[in-house]
Amino acid sequence: MIRRALLIVALLVGLLVPFLGRDYYATLMLPFFGYGIALLGLNLLFGYTGLLSFGHALFVALGAYVAAFFTTRLGILHLELILFASILTALVVAVPTGLLCVRYVKIYFGMLTLAFGMLFYSFLYKFYHLTGGDEGMRVLRPKLLGQSFESLDKVPFLIGPYYYYSLALLLVAAFVMWRIVRSPFGLCLRSIRENPDKAEYLGVSVRRYRFLAFLIAGLFGAVGGTLLTIPTGLADPLLAYWTHSGNLVFMMLLGGFANFLGPLLGAFVFIFLQDQVMSLTEYWRFVFGAILAIVVIFFPRGLMGLFEGQAGGRG
Amino acid sequence: MSQPLLEAQGVRALYGDYVALDGVSLAVDEGQFVSIVGPNGAGKTTLVNVLTGLLRPSTGTVRFKGENIAGIGPVKLAALGMARSFQLVNIFPALTVAETIAVAVVSQHGRGFSWWTTLARDRQVTERVAEVADLFGFATKLGLPARTLSQGDKKLLDVASAFALMPHIIVLDEPTSGVSTRDKNTIMETLVGAAKRIGIKAIIQVEHDMDIVFSYSDRIVALHQGRILADSTPEGIRENEQVVATVIGKTHRP
Repeated sequence: MIRRALLIVALLVGLLVPFLGRDYYATLMLPFFGYGIALLGLNLLFGYTGLLSFGHALFVALGAYVAAFFTTRLGILHLELILFASILTALVVAVPTGLLCVRYVKIYFGMLTLAFGMLFYSFLYKFYHLTGGDEGMRVLRPKLLGQSFESLDKVPFLIGPYYYYSLALLLVAAFVMWRIVRSPFGLCLRSIRENPDKAEYLGVSVRRYRFLAFLIAGLFGAVGGTLLTIPTGLADPLLAYWTHSGNLVFMMLLGGFANFLGPLLGAFVFIFLQDQVMSLTEYWRFVFGAILAIVVIFFPRGLMGLFEGQAGGRG
Repeated sequence: MSQPLLEAQGVRALYGDYVALDGVSLAVDEGQFVSIVGPNGAGKTTLVNVLTGLLRPSTGTVRFKGENIAGIGPVKLAALGMARSFQLVNIFPALTVAETIAVAVVSQHGRGFSWWTTLARDRQVTERVAEVADLFGFATKLGLPARTLSQGDKKLLDVASAFALMPHIIVLDEPTSGVSTRDKNTIMETLVGAAKRIGIKAIIQVEHDMDIVFSYSDRIVALHQGRILADSTPEGIRENEQVVATVIGKTHRP
Protein backbone atom coordinates (compact mmCIF):
# COMPACT_ATOMS: atom_id res chain seq x y z
CA MET A 1 0.00 0.00 0.00
CA ILE A 2 2.74 2.46 0.99
CA ARG A 3 4.62 1.61 -2.13
CA ARG A 4 1.57 2.21 -4.31
CA ALA A 5 0.95 5.56 -2.59
CA LEU A 6 4.56 6.61 -3.09
CA LEU A 7 4.32 5.61 -6.71
CA ILE A 8 1.25 7.76 -7.26
CA VAL A 9 2.90 10.71 -5.53
CA ALA A 10 5.99 10.25 -7.69
CA LEU A 11 3.84 10.12 -10.81
CA LEU A 12 1.95 13.27 -9.83
CA VAL A 13 5.19 15.10 -9.12
CA GLY A 14 6.49 13.87 -12.45
CA LEU A 15 3.44 15.26 -14.20
CA LEU A 16 3.64 18.60 -12.41
CA VAL A 17 7.36 19.37 -12.57
CA PRO A 18 7.08 21.47 -15.76
CA PHE A 19 4.54 23.72 -14.01
CA LEU A 20 6.74 24.48 -11.03
CA GLY A 21 8.31 27.38 -12.87
CA ARG A 22 11.80 26.01 -12.32
CA ASP A 23 12.64 25.06 -15.87
CA TYR A 24 16.05 23.89 -14.84
CA TYR A 25 14.69 21.03 -12.77
CA ALA A 26 12.35 20.07 -15.54
CA THR A 27 15.33 19.75 -17.90
CA LEU A 28 17.09 17.60 -15.30
CA MET A 29 14.17 15.19 -15.45
CA LEU A 30 14.80 14.50 -19.13
CA PRO A 31 17.98 12.44 -18.68
CA PHE A 32 16.17 10.64 -15.86
CA PHE A 33 13.55 9.36 -18.30
CA GLY A 34 16.20 8.11 -20.71
CA TYR A 35 18.38 6.54 -18.04
CA GLY A 36 15.31 5.07 -16.38
CA ILE A 37 14.43 3.09 -19.50
CA ALA A 38 18.02 2.00 -20.07
CA LEU A 39 18.29 0.87 -16.44
CA LEU A 40 15.08 -1.15 -16.58
CA GLY A 41 16.88 -3.18 -19.24
CA LEU A 42 20.17 -3.38 -17.36
CA ASN A 43 18.36 -4.53 -14.26
CA LEU A 44 16.55 -7.30 -16.12
CA LEU A 45 19.99 -8.59 -16.97
CA PHE A 46 21.57 -8.13 -13.54
CA GLY A 47 18.85 -7.93 -10.90
CA TYR A 48 16.70 -10.63 -12.43
CA THR A 49 19.03 -12.83 -14.50
CA GLY A 50 22.23 -12.39 -12.50
CA LEU A 51 24.45 -11.17 -15.35
CA LEU A 52 26.36 -7.95 -14.70
CA SER A 53 27.07 -6.06 -17.92
CA PHE A 54 29.81 -3.46 -18.03
CA GLY A 55 28.95 -2.64 -21.61
CA HIS A 56 25.37 -1.50 -21.42
CA ALA A 57 26.43 1.96 -22.62
CA LEU A 58 27.01 0.37 -26.02
CA PHE A 59 23.27 0.17 -26.52
CA VAL A 60 22.64 3.60 -25.07
CA ALA A 61 25.16 5.04 -27.54
CA LEU A 62 23.62 2.98 -30.32
CA GLY A 63 20.23 4.53 -29.69
CA ALA A 64 21.81 7.99 -29.59
CA TYR A 65 23.63 7.52 -32.88
CA VAL A 66 20.55 6.13 -34.58
CA ALA A 67 18.76 9.34 -33.58
CA ALA A 68 21.67 11.41 -34.91
CA PHE A 69 21.93 9.45 -38.13
CA PHE A 70 18.21 9.62 -38.82
CA THR A 71 17.77 13.31 -38.07
CA THR A 72 20.94 14.70 -39.68
CA ARG A 73 21.85 12.21 -42.40
CA LEU A 74 18.52 10.82 -43.49
CA GLY A 75 16.39 13.81 -42.58
CA ILE A 76 13.83 11.55 -40.92
CA LEU A 77 12.47 13.44 -37.93
CA HIS A 78 9.58 11.27 -36.76
CA LEU A 79 10.63 10.11 -33.29
CA GLU A 80 8.43 7.02 -33.50
CA LEU A 81 10.33 5.88 -36.60
CA ILE A 82 13.64 6.68 -34.92
CA LEU A 83 12.71 4.67 -31.83
CA PHE A 84 11.64 1.77 -34.01
CA ALA A 85 14.94 1.95 -35.86
CA SER A 86 16.79 2.09 -32.55
CA ILE A 87 15.10 -1.09 -31.43
CA LEU A 88 15.88 -2.86 -34.70
CA THR A 89 19.49 -1.69 -34.66
CA ALA A 90 19.85 -2.77 -31.04
CA LEU A 91 18.57 -6.22 -31.97
CA VAL A 92 20.94 -6.48 -34.93
CA VAL A 93 23.85 -5.68 -32.62
CA ALA A 94 22.59 -7.62 -29.59
CA VAL A 95 22.09 -10.90 -31.46
CA PRO A 96 25.75 -11.56 -32.35
CA THR A 97 27.21 -9.96 -29.21
CA GLY A 98 24.63 -11.69 -27.02
CA LEU A 99 25.30 -15.09 -28.57
CA LEU A 100 28.95 -14.68 -27.64
CA CYS A 101 28.51 -13.05 -24.24
CA VAL A 102 25.96 -15.44 -22.76
CA ARG A 103 28.38 -18.30 -23.21
CA TYR A 104 30.12 -16.82 -20.18
CA VAL A 105 29.01 -15.79 -16.73
CA LYS A 106 30.19 -13.60 -13.85
CA ILE A 107 33.38 -11.63 -14.44
CA TYR A 108 33.94 -13.19 -17.86
CA PHE A 109 30.55 -12.00 -19.03
CA GLY A 110 31.26 -8.57 -17.56
CA MET A 111 34.64 -8.31 -19.26
CA LEU A 112 33.28 -9.43 -22.61
CA THR A 113 30.47 -6.87 -22.51
CA LEU A 114 33.05 -4.26 -21.51
CA ALA A 115 35.16 -5.28 -24.51
CA PHE A 116 32.25 -4.95 -26.92
CA GLY A 117 31.41 -1.55 -25.45
CA MET A 118 34.96 -0.34 -25.98
CA LEU A 119 35.00 -1.82 -29.47
CA PHE A 120 31.97 0.24 -30.31
CA TYR A 121 33.55 3.30 -28.72
CA SER A 122 36.61 2.88 -30.94
CA PHE A 123 34.38 2.48 -33.95
CA LEU A 124 32.55 5.72 -33.15
CA TYR A 125 35.82 7.47 -32.46
CA LYS A 126 37.74 6.31 -35.52
CA PHE A 127 35.20 6.15 -38.33
CA TYR A 128 35.11 9.86 -38.70
CA HIS A 129 33.19 10.04 -41.97
CA LEU A 130 30.38 7.90 -40.70
CA THR A 131 30.18 9.00 -37.07
CA GLY A 132 31.86 12.39 -36.85
CA GLY A 133 34.65 10.94 -34.71
CA ASP A 134 35.37 12.76 -31.48
CA GLU A 135 33.10 15.62 -32.50
CA GLY A 136 30.13 13.32 -32.54
CA MET A 137 26.97 13.92 -34.53
CA ARG A 138 24.28 16.49 -34.11
CA VAL A 139 20.80 15.36 -33.20
CA LEU A 140 18.05 17.58 -34.57
CA ARG A 141 14.74 18.24 -32.90
CA PRO A 142 12.44 15.38 -33.82
CA LYS A 143 8.74 15.41 -34.62
CA LEU A 144 6.59 13.94 -31.86
CA LEU A 145 3.58 12.07 -33.23
CA GLY A 146 4.03 13.99 -36.45
CA GLN A 147 4.10 17.40 -34.74
CA SER A 148 7.19 19.58 -35.05
CA PHE A 149 6.16 22.30 -32.54
CA GLU A 150 7.97 24.94 -34.58
CA SER A 151 6.46 27.78 -32.57
CA LEU A 152 8.28 26.62 -29.43
CA ASP A 153 11.87 27.50 -28.59
CA LYS A 154 14.26 24.79 -27.51
CA VAL A 155 13.61 24.84 -23.77
CA PRO A 156 9.81 25.15 -23.96
CA PHE A 157 9.82 22.28 -26.46
CA LEU A 158 11.95 20.11 -24.20
CA ILE A 159 10.09 20.75 -20.97
CA GLY A 160 6.74 20.80 -22.74
CA PRO A 161 5.82 18.22 -25.35
CA TYR A 162 9.09 16.33 -25.20
CA TYR A 163 8.94 16.06 -21.42
CA TYR A 164 5.55 14.36 -21.50
CA TYR A 165 6.52 12.23 -24.47
CA SER A 166 9.53 10.93 -22.52
CA LEU A 167 7.53 10.45 -19.35
CA ALA A 168 4.90 8.47 -21.24
CA LEU A 169 7.59 6.34 -22.84
CA LEU A 170 9.16 5.62 -19.45
CA LEU A 171 5.76 4.58 -18.11
CA VAL A 172 5.16 2.31 -21.08
CA ALA A 173 8.64 0.82 -20.74
CA ALA A 174 8.15 0.27 -17.01
CA PHE A 175 4.77 -1.36 -17.63
CA VAL A 176 6.21 -3.70 -20.26
CA MET A 177 9.12 -4.59 -17.99
CA TRP A 178 6.76 -5.13 -15.07
CA ARG A 179 4.78 -7.60 -17.18
CA ILE A 180 8.01 -9.34 -18.19
CA VAL A 181 9.31 -9.82 -14.66
CA ARG A 182 5.93 -11.06 -13.37
CA SER A 183 5.55 -13.53 -16.24
CA PRO A 184 6.57 -17.19 -16.35
CA PHE A 185 9.53 -16.00 -18.43
CA GLY A 186 10.54 -13.65 -15.63
CA LEU A 187 10.33 -16.45 -13.10
CA CYS A 188 12.65 -18.57 -15.22
CA LEU A 189 15.13 -15.68 -15.36
CA ARG A 190 15.08 -15.38 -11.58
CA SER A 191 15.58 -19.11 -11.18
CA ILE A 192 18.68 -18.78 -13.39
CA ARG A 193 19.99 -15.94 -11.20
CA GLU A 194 19.48 -18.07 -8.10
CA ASN A 195 20.84 -21.39 -9.32
CA PRO A 196 21.44 -22.03 -13.01
CA ASP A 197 22.37 -25.69 -12.52
CA LYS A 198 19.14 -26.50 -10.79
CA ALA A 199 17.16 -24.44 -13.29
CA GLU A 200 18.54 -26.62 -16.08
CA TYR A 201 17.40 -29.79 -14.32
CA LEU A 202 13.94 -28.28 -14.09
CA GLY A 203 13.96 -27.94 -17.87
CA VAL A 204 14.98 -24.28 -18.18
CA SER A 205 17.37 -23.85 -21.11
CA VAL A 206 19.59 -21.39 -19.31
CA ARG A 207 21.61 -20.03 -22.20
CA ARG A 208 18.56 -19.28 -24.33
CA TYR A 209 16.95 -17.35 -21.48
CA ARG A 210 20.12 -15.40 -20.82
CA PHE A 211 20.30 -14.55 -24.50
CA LEU A 212 16.72 -13.27 -24.56
CA ALA A 213 17.35 -11.20 -21.43
CA PHE A 214 20.39 -9.75 -23.17
CA LEU A 215 18.31 -8.80 -26.22
CA ILE A 216 15.59 -7.16 -24.14
CA ALA A 217 18.18 -5.27 -22.08
CA GLY A 218 19.83 -4.09 -25.28
CA LEU A 219 16.70 -2.71 -26.83
CA PHE A 220 15.68 -0.93 -23.62
CA GLY A 221 19.18 0.54 -23.58
CA ALA A 222 18.84 1.81 -27.13
CA VAL A 223 15.42 3.37 -26.53
CA GLY A 224 16.85 5.09 -23.44
CA GLY A 225 19.81 6.29 -25.47
CA THR A 226 17.61 7.82 -28.15
CA LEU A 227 15.61 9.73 -25.54
CA LEU A 228 18.76 10.81 -23.74
CA THR A 229 20.43 12.38 -26.73
CA ILE A 230 17.60 14.59 -27.98
CA PRO A 231 17.82 17.15 -25.13
CA THR A 232 21.61 17.45 -25.50
CA GLY A 233 21.36 17.58 -29.28
CA LEU A 234 24.58 15.64 -29.62
CA ALA A 235 25.59 11.99 -29.92
CA ASP A 236 29.24 11.67 -28.99
CA PRO A 237 31.51 8.67 -28.56
CA LEU A 238 31.80 9.13 -24.80
CA LEU A 239 28.28 7.74 -24.56
CA ALA A 240 29.80 4.34 -25.38
CA TYR A 241 32.85 4.79 -23.14
CA TRP A 242 33.25 2.32 -20.29
CA THR A 243 32.85 5.00 -17.62
CA HIS A 244 29.34 5.58 -18.94
CA SER A 245 28.60 1.89 -18.47
CA GLY A 246 30.07 2.32 -15.01
CA ASN A 247 27.66 5.15 -14.29
CA LEU A 248 24.75 2.95 -15.31
CA VAL A 249 25.91 0.24 -12.93
CA PHE A 250 26.37 2.89 -10.23
CA MET A 251 22.79 4.11 -10.64
CA MET A 252 21.51 0.56 -10.44
CA LEU A 253 23.47 -0.18 -7.25
CA LEU A 254 22.58 3.17 -5.72
CA GLY A 255 18.85 2.57 -6.10
CA GLY A 256 18.99 -1.16 -5.41
CA PHE A 257 18.97 -3.86 -8.06
CA ALA A 258 16.93 -6.27 -5.95
CA ASN A 259 13.90 -4.10 -6.45
CA PHE A 260 11.94 -3.35 -9.61
CA LEU A 261 11.87 0.39 -8.95
CA GLY A 262 15.33 0.57 -7.40
CA PRO A 263 17.22 1.44 -10.58
CA LEU A 264 14.71 4.20 -11.40
CA LEU A 265 15.23 5.73 -7.98
CA GLY A 266 18.97 5.31 -8.47
CA ALA A 267 18.89 7.18 -11.78
CA PHE A 268 16.85 9.98 -10.24
CA VAL A 269 19.10 10.41 -7.22
CA PHE A 270 22.26 10.11 -9.30
CA ILE A 271 21.22 12.85 -11.71
CA PHE A 272 20.07 15.33 -9.07
CA LEU A 273 22.96 14.56 -6.75
CA GLN A 274 25.47 14.94 -9.57
CA ASP A 275 23.94 18.28 -10.42
CA GLN A 276 24.17 19.52 -6.85
CA VAL A 277 27.62 18.16 -6.05
CA MET A 278 29.07 19.40 -9.35
CA SER A 279 27.99 22.91 -8.52
CA LEU A 280 29.66 22.69 -5.10
CA THR A 281 32.98 21.14 -5.97
CA GLU A 282 35.02 20.15 -8.97
CA TYR A 283 35.96 16.97 -7.10
CA TRP A 284 32.48 15.56 -7.53
CA ARG A 285 33.90 12.24 -8.74
CA PHE A 286 35.61 11.86 -5.39
CA VAL A 287 32.31 12.43 -3.60
CA PHE A 288 30.57 9.95 -5.86
CA GLY A 289 33.28 7.36 -5.31
CA ALA A 290 32.79 7.69 -1.57
CA ILE A 291 29.01 7.40 -1.95
CA LEU A 292 29.40 4.24 -4.04
CA ALA A 293 31.72 2.71 -1.44
CA ILE A 294 29.26 3.50 1.35
CA VAL A 295 26.32 2.10 -0.58
CA VAL A 296 28.09 -1.14 -1.43
CA ILE A 297 29.41 -1.67 2.11
CA PHE A 298 26.50 -0.51 4.24
CA PHE A 299 23.47 -0.58 1.96
CA PRO A 300 23.93 -3.49 -0.41
CA ARG A 301 20.22 -3.34 -1.17
CA GLY A 302 20.55 0.28 -2.23
CA LEU A 303 18.24 3.15 -1.37
CA MET A 304 15.20 0.97 -2.01
CA GLY A 305 16.47 -1.33 0.72
CA LEU A 306 15.96 1.52 3.21
CA PHE A 307 12.26 1.66 2.35
CA GLU A 308 11.82 -2.06 2.58
CA GLY A 309 13.57 -2.50 5.90
CA GLN A 310 14.66 -5.98 6.82
CA ALA A 311 11.49 -7.73 5.79
CA GLY A 312 11.63 -7.22 2.07
CA GLY A 313 12.64 -10.33 0.19
CA ARG A 314 14.39 -10.35 -3.11
CA GLY A 315 11.87 -10.13 -5.92
CA MET B 1 6.49 -55.03 -21.07
CA SER B 2 8.45 -54.73 -24.29
CA GLN B 3 11.36 -52.66 -23.13
CA PRO B 4 12.74 -51.42 -19.83
CA LEU B 5 12.07 -47.80 -18.88
CA LEU B 6 15.74 -47.06 -18.45
CA GLU B 7 18.52 -49.27 -19.68
CA ALA B 8 22.29 -49.02 -19.54
CA GLN B 9 24.33 -51.58 -21.43
CA GLY B 10 28.01 -52.29 -21.08
CA VAL B 11 28.77 -48.83 -19.75
CA ARG B 12 32.40 -47.90 -19.29
CA ALA B 13 33.29 -44.48 -18.02
CA LEU B 14 36.85 -43.19 -17.82
CA TYR B 15 38.37 -40.16 -16.14
CA GLY B 16 41.73 -40.06 -17.87
CA ASP B 17 43.27 -43.42 -17.04
CA TYR B 18 40.96 -44.01 -14.13
CA VAL B 19 38.15 -46.43 -14.81
CA ALA B 20 35.10 -45.19 -12.91
CA LEU B 21 32.65 -47.65 -14.41
CA ASP B 22 33.71 -50.90 -15.94
CA GLY B 23 31.06 -52.69 -17.96
CA VAL B 24 27.92 -51.79 -16.02
CA SER B 25 24.59 -53.02 -17.35
CA LEU B 26 21.38 -52.13 -15.63
CA ALA B 27 17.75 -52.13 -16.66
CA VAL B 28 15.07 -50.42 -14.61
CA ASP B 29 11.43 -51.34 -15.20
CA GLU B 30 8.23 -49.58 -14.33
CA GLY B 31 7.21 -49.84 -10.73
CA GLN B 32 10.68 -50.25 -9.31
CA PHE B 33 12.39 -48.40 -6.48
CA VAL B 34 16.07 -49.05 -7.06
CA SER B 35 18.78 -48.11 -4.60
CA ILE B 36 22.37 -47.86 -5.71
CA VAL B 37 24.79 -48.56 -2.86
CA GLY B 38 28.51 -48.95 -2.53
CA PRO B 39 31.54 -47.57 -0.73
CA ASN B 40 33.07 -44.22 -1.63
CA GLY B 41 34.69 -44.30 -5.05
CA ALA B 42 32.58 -47.24 -6.19
CA GLY B 43 31.25 -45.18 -9.09
CA LYS B 44 27.76 -44.38 -7.80
CA THR B 45 27.76 -40.74 -8.79
CA THR B 46 29.35 -41.54 -12.15
CA LEU B 47 26.63 -44.09 -12.78
CA VAL B 48 23.95 -41.56 -11.89
CA ASN B 49 25.59 -39.02 -14.19
CA VAL B 50 25.57 -41.56 -17.01
CA LEU B 51 21.99 -42.63 -16.35
CA THR B 52 20.81 -39.02 -16.38
CA GLY B 53 22.54 -38.18 -19.63
CA LEU B 54 24.97 -35.74 -18.05
CA LEU B 55 28.02 -37.84 -18.78
CA ARG B 56 28.51 -39.63 -22.07
CA PRO B 57 29.96 -43.07 -21.39
CA SER B 58 33.22 -44.00 -23.12
CA THR B 59 31.61 -47.16 -24.41
CA GLY B 60 28.17 -48.63 -23.97
CA THR B 61 24.69 -47.21 -24.36
CA VAL B 62 22.04 -45.59 -22.17
CA ARG B 63 18.45 -45.65 -23.31
CA PHE B 64 15.45 -44.07 -21.69
CA LYS B 65 12.07 -45.09 -23.11
CA GLY B 66 14.03 -46.54 -26.02
CA GLU B 67 15.79 -43.27 -26.78
CA ASN B 68 19.54 -42.85 -26.61
CA ILE B 69 20.19 -40.28 -23.89
CA ALA B 70 23.99 -40.43 -23.69
CA GLY B 71 25.17 -36.92 -22.87
CA ILE B 72 21.91 -35.17 -23.85
CA GLY B 73 22.09 -32.78 -20.91
CA PRO B 74 19.58 -31.74 -18.27
CA VAL B 75 17.13 -29.66 -20.32
CA LYS B 76 16.33 -32.37 -22.86
CA LEU B 77 16.33 -34.91 -20.07
CA ALA B 78 13.59 -33.02 -18.28
CA ALA B 79 11.60 -32.76 -21.50
CA LEU B 80 11.87 -36.53 -22.00
CA GLY B 81 10.49 -37.17 -18.55
CA MET B 82 13.39 -37.76 -16.23
CA ALA B 83 14.07 -35.61 -13.19
CA ARG B 84 17.01 -35.52 -10.84
CA SER B 85 17.73 -34.14 -7.42
CA PHE B 86 21.11 -33.60 -5.86
CA GLN B 87 23.10 -34.72 -2.88
CA LEU B 88 23.79 -31.24 -1.61
CA VAL B 89 20.91 -28.92 -0.89
CA ASN B 90 20.06 -27.40 -4.24
CA ILE B 91 17.48 -24.64 -4.06
CA PHE B 92 16.74 -21.17 -5.38
CA PRO B 93 17.49 -19.31 -2.12
CA ALA B 94 15.48 -16.15 -2.76
CA LEU B 95 12.53 -17.75 -4.54
CA THR B 96 9.53 -18.75 -2.49
CA VAL B 97 8.36 -22.33 -2.16
CA ALA B 98 5.56 -21.67 -4.65
CA GLU B 99 7.92 -20.02 -7.13
CA THR B 100 10.42 -22.86 -6.88
CA ILE B 101 7.79 -25.43 -7.75
CA ALA B 102 6.36 -23.09 -10.40
CA VAL B 103 9.67 -23.07 -12.28
CA ALA B 104 9.25 -26.78 -12.95
CA VAL B 105 5.55 -26.49 -13.74
CA VAL B 106 6.14 -23.60 -16.14
CA SER B 107 8.86 -25.45 -17.99
CA GLN B 108 6.88 -28.68 -18.08
CA HIS B 109 3.90 -26.85 -19.59
CA GLY B 110 6.16 -25.14 -22.12
CA ARG B 111 5.24 -21.71 -20.75
CA GLY B 112 8.78 -20.58 -20.06
CA PHE B 113 8.85 -18.15 -22.94
CA SER B 114 5.49 -16.52 -22.39
CA TRP B 115 6.56 -13.11 -21.23
CA TRP B 116 3.32 -11.15 -21.25
CA THR B 117 1.04 -13.29 -19.10
CA THR B 118 1.09 -12.81 -15.36
CA LEU B 119 2.31 -15.93 -13.64
CA ALA B 120 0.14 -15.46 -10.58
CA ARG B 121 -2.97 -15.43 -12.81
CA ASP B 122 -2.09 -18.58 -14.72
CA ARG B 123 -4.63 -20.96 -13.19
CA GLN B 124 -3.17 -24.08 -14.72
CA VAL B 125 0.23 -23.33 -13.21
CA THR B 126 -0.95 -22.16 -9.80
CA GLU B 127 -3.26 -25.13 -9.39
CA ARG B 128 -0.52 -27.60 -10.22
CA VAL B 129 1.85 -25.79 -7.86
CA ALA B 130 -0.70 -26.04 -5.06
CA GLU B 131 -1.22 -29.75 -5.79
CA VAL B 132 2.48 -30.56 -5.62
CA ALA B 133 3.03 -28.35 -2.57
CA ASP B 134 0.21 -30.18 -0.84
CA LEU B 135 1.80 -33.57 -1.43
CA PHE B 136 4.97 -32.40 0.26
CA GLY B 137 3.31 -30.60 3.15
CA PHE B 138 4.18 -27.15 1.87
CA ALA B 139 0.61 -25.88 1.71
CA THR B 140 1.18 -23.37 4.51
CA LYS B 141 4.69 -22.45 3.43
CA LEU B 142 4.02 -21.39 -0.15
CA GLY B 143 5.09 -17.79 0.41
CA LEU B 144 8.28 -18.47 2.33
CA PRO B 145 11.63 -17.86 0.65
CA ALA B 146 13.43 -21.18 0.21
CA ARG B 147 16.44 -20.01 2.19
CA THR B 148 14.34 -19.63 5.33
CA LEU B 149 13.28 -23.31 5.36
CA SER B 150 14.75 -25.94 7.65
CA GLN B 151 17.41 -28.24 6.25
CA GLY B 152 14.92 -31.07 5.88
CA ASP B 153 12.38 -28.85 4.13
CA LYS B 154 15.05 -27.58 1.77
CA LYS B 155 15.83 -31.12 0.67
CA LEU B 156 12.14 -31.84 0.37
CA LEU B 157 11.61 -28.71 -1.72
CA ASP B 158 14.42 -29.77 -4.03
CA VAL B 159 12.67 -33.11 -4.50
CA ALA B 160 9.23 -31.47 -4.79
CA SER B 161 10.39 -29.22 -7.63
CA ALA B 162 11.80 -32.26 -9.44
CA PHE B 163 8.48 -34.08 -8.91
CA ALA B 164 6.61 -31.09 -10.32
CA LEU B 165 8.08 -31.96 -13.70
CA MET B 166 5.72 -34.95 -13.59
CA PRO B 167 8.57 -37.20 -14.67
CA HIS B 168 8.30 -40.89 -15.51
CA ILE B 169 11.42 -41.61 -13.60
CA ILE B 170 13.28 -39.73 -10.92
CA VAL B 171 16.89 -40.08 -9.87
CA LEU B 172 17.66 -38.97 -6.35
CA ASP B 173 21.23 -38.49 -5.19
CA GLU B 174 21.16 -39.06 -1.43
CA PRO B 175 17.75 -37.52 -0.79
CA THR B 176 18.26 -37.67 2.97
CA SER B 177 21.91 -36.69 3.34
CA GLY B 178 22.57 -33.98 5.88
CA VAL B 179 19.30 -34.28 7.75
CA SER B 180 18.62 -35.85 11.12
CA THR B 181 17.65 -39.51 11.38
CA ARG B 182 14.17 -38.60 12.52
CA ASP B 183 13.63 -36.37 9.49
CA LYS B 184 15.01 -38.98 7.13
CA ASN B 185 12.01 -41.23 7.47
CA THR B 186 9.60 -38.32 7.15
CA ILE B 187 11.31 -37.31 3.92
CA MET B 188 11.21 -40.84 2.53
CA GLU B 189 7.57 -41.39 3.47
CA THR B 190 6.57 -38.08 1.87
CA LEU B 191 8.61 -38.83 -1.19
CA VAL B 192 7.27 -42.32 -1.78
CA GLY B 193 3.70 -41.18 -1.15
CA ALA B 194 4.05 -38.26 -3.55
CA ALA B 195 5.60 -40.49 -6.21
CA LYS B 196 2.55 -42.75 -6.12
CA ARG B 197 0.11 -39.86 -6.31
CA ILE B 198 1.92 -38.14 -9.15
CA GLY B 199 2.35 -41.39 -11.05
CA ILE B 200 6.12 -41.61 -11.18
CA LYS B 201 6.91 -44.97 -12.70
CA ALA B 202 10.31 -45.63 -11.18
CA ILE B 203 12.67 -44.17 -8.60
CA ILE B 204 16.42 -44.59 -8.54
CA GLN B 205 18.29 -43.36 -5.53
CA VAL B 206 21.85 -43.32 -4.31
CA GLU B 207 21.84 -43.71 -0.56
CA HIS B 208 24.35 -44.34 2.20
CA ASP B 209 21.90 -44.93 5.00
CA MET B 210 21.34 -48.69 4.92
CA ASP B 211 18.23 -48.52 7.08
CA ILE B 212 16.62 -46.26 4.50
CA VAL B 213 17.85 -48.45 1.67
CA PHE B 214 16.43 -51.63 3.17
CA SER B 215 13.14 -50.08 4.23
CA TYR B 216 12.15 -48.47 0.97
CA SER B 217 13.80 -50.17 -2.02
CA ASP B 218 12.53 -53.21 -3.79
CA ARG B 219 15.79 -53.64 -5.58
CA ILE B 220 19.35 -52.89 -4.54
CA VAL B 221 22.30 -52.52 -6.88
CA ALA B 222 25.64 -52.80 -5.11
CA LEU B 223 28.59 -51.19 -6.86
CA HIS B 224 32.20 -51.85 -6.06
CA GLN B 225 35.21 -50.51 -7.95
CA GLY B 226 33.13 -49.62 -10.96
CA ARG B 227 31.42 -52.98 -11.32
CA ILE B 228 28.08 -54.34 -10.23
CA LEU B 229 28.76 -56.64 -7.31
CA ALA B 230 25.17 -57.62 -6.77
CA ASP B 231 21.75 -56.68 -8.12
CA SER B 232 18.95 -58.16 -6.11
CA THR B 233 16.03 -57.72 -3.75
CA PRO B 234 16.82 -56.45 -0.24
CA GLU B 235 16.52 -60.04 1.02
CA GLY B 236 18.94 -61.25 -1.62
CA ILE B 237 21.41 -58.56 -0.66
CA ARG B 238 21.17 -59.43 3.03
CA GLU B 239 22.08 -63.01 2.26
CA ASN B 240 25.03 -62.08 0.08
CA GLU B 241 28.05 -62.34 2.38
CA GLN B 242 30.39 -60.62 -0.05
CA VAL B 243 28.16 -57.59 -0.41
CA VAL B 244 27.54 -57.33 3.29
CA ALA B 245 31.29 -57.40 3.90
CA THR B 246 32.41 -54.91 1.26
CA VAL B 247 29.50 -52.56 0.88
CA ILE B 248 27.37 -52.53 3.94
CA GLY B 249 29.89 -53.29 6.63
CA LYS B 250 29.44 -55.29 9.79
CA THR B 251 27.82 -52.56 11.83
CA HIS B 252 24.89 -52.45 9.48
CA ARG B 253 24.27 -56.18 9.29
CA PRO B 254 20.55 -56.29 9.79
